[in-house]
Amino acid sequence: MLKMLIQMARQGIGTEPKPEIDADSFPAEHRLHQEILNVLGRALTIREVDAGSCNGCELEIHATNNLYYNLEGLGIKFVASPRHADMLLVTGPVSRNMAMALQRTYEATPDPKLVVAVGDCTINGGIFGESYASCGGVDKVIPVDHFIPGCPPPPIEILKGILTAVRQVSGKKKDASGQKQEGFSG
Amino acid sequence: MMQIGDFSFKLEAMAAPLPIWRATCSAADWSAVAQSVAINGGRLLSLWGSDRRDGEAGGFVISVAYANTEGLLWLDLLLDKDVTVYPDISGIFPCANRMQRTIGDLLGVFAESAEDKRPWLNHGTWPATYFPLRQEATGLEQFSDCAAEDYPFVRVEGDGVHEIAVGPVHAGIIEPGHFRFSVVGERVLRLEERLGYKHKGIDKLFERTNALDGARLAGRVSGDSTVAFSWAYCMALESIGNTQLPPRAAAFRALLLERERVANHLGDLGALANDVAFAFGLTHFMRLKEDCLRLNQRLFGHRLLMDCIIPGGVTVNLENEGVFDLMTQCKEISGEVKKLRAVYEDHSGLQDRFISTGRVSHELAVTLGLNGFSGRASGVTSDLRADFAMAPYADLGVRRAVHCNGDVAARATVRFDELLESLRLIPKIVSELPGGDIFVQPVFDGARKQGAGWIEGWRGEVFVALDSDGEKIHRCHCHDPSWQNWPVLEHAVIGNIVPDFPLINKSFNLSYAGPDR
Repeated sequence: MLKMLIQMARQGIGTEPKPEIDADSFPAEHRLHQEILNVLGRALTIREVDAGSCNGCELEIHATNNLYYNLEGLGIKFVASPRHADMLLVTGPVSRNMAMALQRTYEATPDPKLVVAVGDCTINGGIFGESYASCGGVDKVIPVDHFIPGCPPPPIEILKGILTAVRQVSGKKKDASGQKQEGFSG
Repeated sequence: MMQIGDFSFKLEAMAAPLPIWRATCSAADWSAVAQSVAINGGRLLSLWGSDRRDGEAGGFVISVAYANTEGLLWLDLLLDKDVTVYPDISGIFPCANRMQRTIGDLLGVFAESAEDKRPWLNHGTWPATYFPLRQEATGLEQFSDCAAEDYPFVRVEGDGVHEIAVGPVHAGIIEPGHFRFSVVGERVLRLEERLGYKHKGIDKLFERTNALDGARLAGRVSGDSTVAFSWAYCMALESIGNTQLPPRAAAFRALLLERERVANHLGDLGALANDVAFAFGLTHFMRLKEDCLRLNQRLFGHRLLMDCIIPGGVTVNLENEGVFDLMTQCKEISGEVKKLRAVYEDHSGLQDRFISTGRVSHELAVTLGLNGFSGRASGVTSDLRADFAMAPYADLGVRRAVHCNGDVAARATVRFDELLESLRLIPKIVSELPGGDIFVQPVFDGARKQGAGWIEGWRGEVFVALDSDGEKIHRCHCHDPSWQNWPVLEHAVIGNIVPDFPLINKSFNLSYAGPDR
């Protein structure tokens, strides 16, 4: 126990500042959490679905959970079931063998749901393209709100992408209701 | 020279940095050779099929790679025109089962008299009469009316037995696969895996890829082993071109491979602690892993080291400052890992969960062909870096890590040892970097040849068999060590409780993408 405490004390806090997306549109840091609350009414929960990646994207999504990025500190959490999720984070070109599972996961996610696709493969199949075994992109199977390019995208880009998707939806919601919401601007 | 019982083969040594031979064999000898390899302590490394009806062979070819302490034997079975069966060897090497079923799915050539004839990669999403690896297929066909079908799992029956079905979408950030547990109370009676969900048609895609670009694709067979696969692929292509790799490039490849080993062991040692509810371990190891990946990005331009190895050399180089940064980081991480190891060893809760969990006996490991660090944790000593004097490992004196208990604790111990060994090797490699070029242009004489690559990746033995003229790829087979290790997991969990499955699974951390391809 003593060794643990010493290690913790020596390490201190390693968490870094949140990433800046698009300088003029990014909300002030203290409003970010509020924005998530406005859009979703609570913290953001994510269900990750690997639909045929090489597993490189999974390594980087894992990394977003490390102390440097401190995802949970932003109110973002990975959950074990699509039924508990606000957002699906999908990787891979969608192998034909995973298409049905992805479709069912999407259907099991409660509305309003966001889909963020991580990695070049999700856009058009990437290096794997479209074939007898690959659907060639996530939007061939389920609707996608936001793509994060990269092979694989580094954690900071994944984080930016998640925040951008949340923001896009908050914009859409505003447009639909035709009125400005309290609590954040932009 | 490789001793295979009384068989006389015309052995052809391949131009490779490791001892690799090729030979052909008749269908009559196929099973007897397998038997002889098994009796003499050899192992089945890989099994694959090719359509060479257009070439000299004039028919389908089934190939097997056997390995022992002397090297690797690539044996071709040339089937006569229109013959689509070959003798089953899964009774001798159980790991051949899924590989044979894969050959059936992709090539339409079947192991005669094999008991298990269920499809493996074809989940019903393409017709059972469509074989992508045959020449008449382009690989671009689409079968939108085919949908995934049910799989006939083996049923366990009896009082109180029930099934738990898990996947393909799992609870964590993990790759997809299906696990079917048959349990009584908390105890696992049987686990049956169904994989293949990530099959993307990579084998066929290679045929539409230029040989020089193939390294990029090989580097995406299993992203966590990108260095191992791209090196193995390049070794195979360089073997075809008889390309002499510059010593500096070889040193860089080893450096990258050890960096990959460090990153993966760091991540998994953290995740193992997390699986026994010791989040402290995850936090600290993930921090170290992130430090490692960030330095990769800064020095080599990619966090996971993708595309750093290309045919003929590497794309990375180092100035003195980079050498210094690497040495400093190795020292730092090494010090931290030793401290964390002491914490793990002192933690009785963690040790209680690790010790005796998910045990694989030495005998079982040998029978099923368990390889890599998992094999070494069960006393299977093979480590290509130490077994064969390949540059630059010959001069490094790699100390192999071996344990005999075969449980989660042993696999963690071997990982700690290998992690610290890599952290010792990296400063040695960078401080003795040979001068000269990092790249030589591979030149090909246009003749269609076969080449092989064989690398000890962090998870185990990665093997690539390539059939190419240096431009067109006729066949490229990428073998992931998880092929052998997945069936071992089915045995390792027997008698354990269901909540220990994630821990046991993570202690192997097998690839889904690699064997599914």
